Amino acid sequence: MDLGTHGGFILGAYGFTVLTLALLIGNAVRDRRAQERALAAFRDGEHR
Amino acid sequence: MWTRLANPGHFLRWSVALTPWLAGAAALTGALGLYLAWFVAPPDYQQGETVRIMFIHVPAAWLGVFFYGSMVLSAIGTLVWRHPLADVAQRAAAPIGAAFTLICLVTGALWGKPMWGTYWVWDARLTSMLVLFLIYCGIIALWRTVEEPNRAARTVAILTLVGAVNLPIIKFSVNWWSTLHQPASILRMGGPTIDPTMLYPLIVMIVAGTLTGIALHLYAMRTEILRRRVRTLTIREAERLDPGASVMVAYPAGPSA
Repeated sequence: MDLGTHGGFILGAYGFTVLTLALLIGNAVRDRRAQERALAAFRDGEHR
Repeated sequence: MWTRLANPGHFLRWSVALTPWLAGAAALTGALGLYLAWFVAPPDYQQGETVRIMFIHVPAAWLGVFFYGSMVLSAIGTLVWRHPLADVAQRAAAPIGAAFTLICLVTGALWGKPMWGTYWVWDARLTSMLVLFLIYCGIIALWRTVEEPNRAARTVAILTLVGAVNLPIIKFSVNWWSTLHQPASILRMGGPTIDPTMLYPLIVMIVAGTLTGIALHLYAMRTEILRRRVRTLTIREAERLDPGASVMVAYPAGPSA
């Protein structure tokens, strides 16, 4: 597909969107894991 | 039914079951939308291939406003009914809404340069979207500033309601003022003005974006509930170790909104 002279703007827009969504999802997963680790630490403490 | 669904225990159960289905549906509609946007929709007679930016710009704009709208409803739930899930929903929605608003602003700028000859103008629609992004940033910052969660929830709810005045300004700015930004072309009296060859791919992309946003929101809400459990356990543990001390724990264990 020939994007013409404005190809850089089009690919830049899609690239920025993919990057932002990847950061959003990555941060959500990282945050979830941190909370699960913290909860697991409390459970381990109770069993000790 | 709503009371039952909004119970935090019930919410955890049904949201765990629903999120993978939403994420799968979002991936499928997203793939279909991208195929239609790139390989079926023709180049615009004026914009040429640059029109393909619209297939991400318009859904991002919708989601930026949609999540702020959901935060306004949650803010009412926090202030009027003091529902614990309302605050959780509001806190989880802010970073998602901010991300989509940022995507809208950046993709709009990247469309504006080749079409208008500039990345930015202080046009009413563009400025009101920038204000929306700044309000999102203010809300996220306020949550990090106020340590006591109930006080933070009430303060943020009030700020959210004050910021709601910006929503009709965003929607009607193109009618109230003479703007460089085009007027409404989908949700308008008399029906959409976009050709069906571009309208249907755009609608599919809007649906895909909405499903993605809701799946992310449910996931972030469950994380927020876990964060509050960790906080409660941290306080109990601190009180057990030092019964006489008053404990102030904001949000331990990792990043938050």
